[in-house]
Amino acid sequence: MRCEICKTNEATVHFSQVTGDKVSKIDLCESCAKAKGLTDPNNITMLGDLLGDFAAGPPAEAESQRCPECGFTQANFKKQGRLGCAVCYETFETGLRPLLKAMHKGERHVGKSPRKARARVSPERLRELEKELALAIKEERFEHAAQLRDEIRALESKARLSAR
Amino acid sequence: MSADNPNPADQWVVISSRVRLARNLAGVPFPGWAKKPDRQKSLDIIRTAACALPEMRGAFVRSMDELTAMEKQLLVERHLISREHAAKTVGSGVVISASQVVSLMNNEEDHLRMQALMPGFCLQEVWQIIDRVDPELEEQLDYAFSPKLGYLTACPTNVGTGMRASTMVHLPALVLAEQINQIVQAVNKLGLAVRGLYGEGTEASGNLFQISNQTTLGERESDLIERLTKIVIQIIEREKNAREVLMERRPQMIHDQVGRAYGVLANACVQSSKEAMNLLSLVRLGLDLGLIRGLDPRRVDEMFLLTQPAHLQQHVNRKLSAEQRDIVRASLLRDMLKDVDRPKPLPLCLSDLSEGESDTGQNN
Repeated sequence: MRCEICKTNEATVHFSQVTGDKVSKIDLCESCAKAKGLTDPNNITMLGDLLGDFAAGPPAEAESQRCPECGFTQANFKKQGRLGCAVCYETFETGLRPLLKAMHKGERHVGKSPRKARARVSPERLRELEKELALAIKEERFEHAAQLRDEIRALESKARLSAR
Repeated sequence: MSADNPNPADQWVVISSRVRLARNLAGVPFPGWAKKPDRQKSLDIIRTAACALPEMRGAFVRSMDELTAMEKQLLVERHLISREHAAKTVGSGVVISASQVVSLMNNEEDHLRMQALMPGFCLQEVWQIIDRVDPELEEQLDYAFSPKLGYLTACPTNVGTGMRASTMVHLPALVLAEQINQIVQAVNKLGLAVRGLYGEGTEASGNLFQISNQTTLGERESDLIERLTKIVIQIIEREKNAREVLMERRPQMIHDQVGRAYGVLANACVQSSKEAMNLLSLVRLGLDLGLIRGLDPRRVDEMFLLTQPAHLQQHVNRKLSAEQRDIVRASLLRDMLKDVDRPKPLPLCLSDLSEGESDTGQNN
């Protein structure tokens, strides 16, 4: 059996991932497995990303996009399944948005926030959220709208508290 | 919870509760991408802040390169660090409170992973502990945070609250009744993850399962914990129910399983860690059901930990090969049972035999 990445070496590393009733399999040679960081059995969650790579074939443009803060690329993300720094979340926002949507319950943080960030509540931020809320209601994205409403309420109460 | 089944009984199902938070420093690349000087920088900054916490008075503070492989393994077995963290060396570290309730991993996947871990079913309590430590640290540290995405983490699966709340549950009856897969699937559908003893990618030995929240963005910490608590309560009920049903409908099978576990543990001379855990689980079940008497359940719980490879070596104070460990483990387990009467088998009833053991409960 040939390695599915380099297509030359003999595949000696075989990964299977069971998700629900679906089984995904990939066969790699040792060096490709190592290059993909798949020598660690804890990394099997990355199999989905790997298989995704083969299925879709990443667009060259997005692949070469680089985080201005840390130099991390989308290709690095595909390889490691981890980001390079906090700014990467802005740099790769377009690619991350659908991923986050699929992974999580909501698209916005509604949990606690550091006191320092709370002190930074700005009127602009509130206006921006209100605009988003109006849009969400118009587009009948009610779950998102409810999250936005909660966030606005939370911000307003924080603003009131800090004004005391 | 019904009045007939007060909380202490739940402690026999829920072994421990834990909440961990992932945090990163603003302006420093995440550990997996950071160069050595940056990793050292974040380690130093966080460690200084951590050591100043009142909770960390008299804490165990080490760089990962200062720990031996066995010391690291001890920490893994106590769930104070992850297996991934045990593989780290220079530039990563641990700070563990004297009580071992609060522990911090520096430069695991994120700059800072902090957890509160306690025995029993006490998610609220561990959450409150870690929710006190977090803002105290934040006074000293500048966390990477976005109002939209929350706490920014190396892996997008943790972004938002950065919180993983989990409970370790002991579900021998659901395994014996072959209902466990059904439960795991149902729990997965509710957005929770079920994992093995040492977390992601590990096998469930000893009928022990870790149940935790899967998602971290779009829900408040308190809501996540409440949801997890409610589901764990249901799982406890299912486990209790499965125990009752098995005792009623398949008593011979339960007596057999518990009797065999006792027999092997009381007599074996070579015992692997995995087998020991599975058998200890059945002995624990036998105690819970009153089939084995004269053994303190806490002693069995201790043995779960003591028979793990690193703890075993620490106990005899010397390095042991895998083969030697199996022999020492077997001896410790024989010792545990030496004064414990063997479980009484069900009295033989020939009329039952003719019908065979039935799942319908008609022979009771």
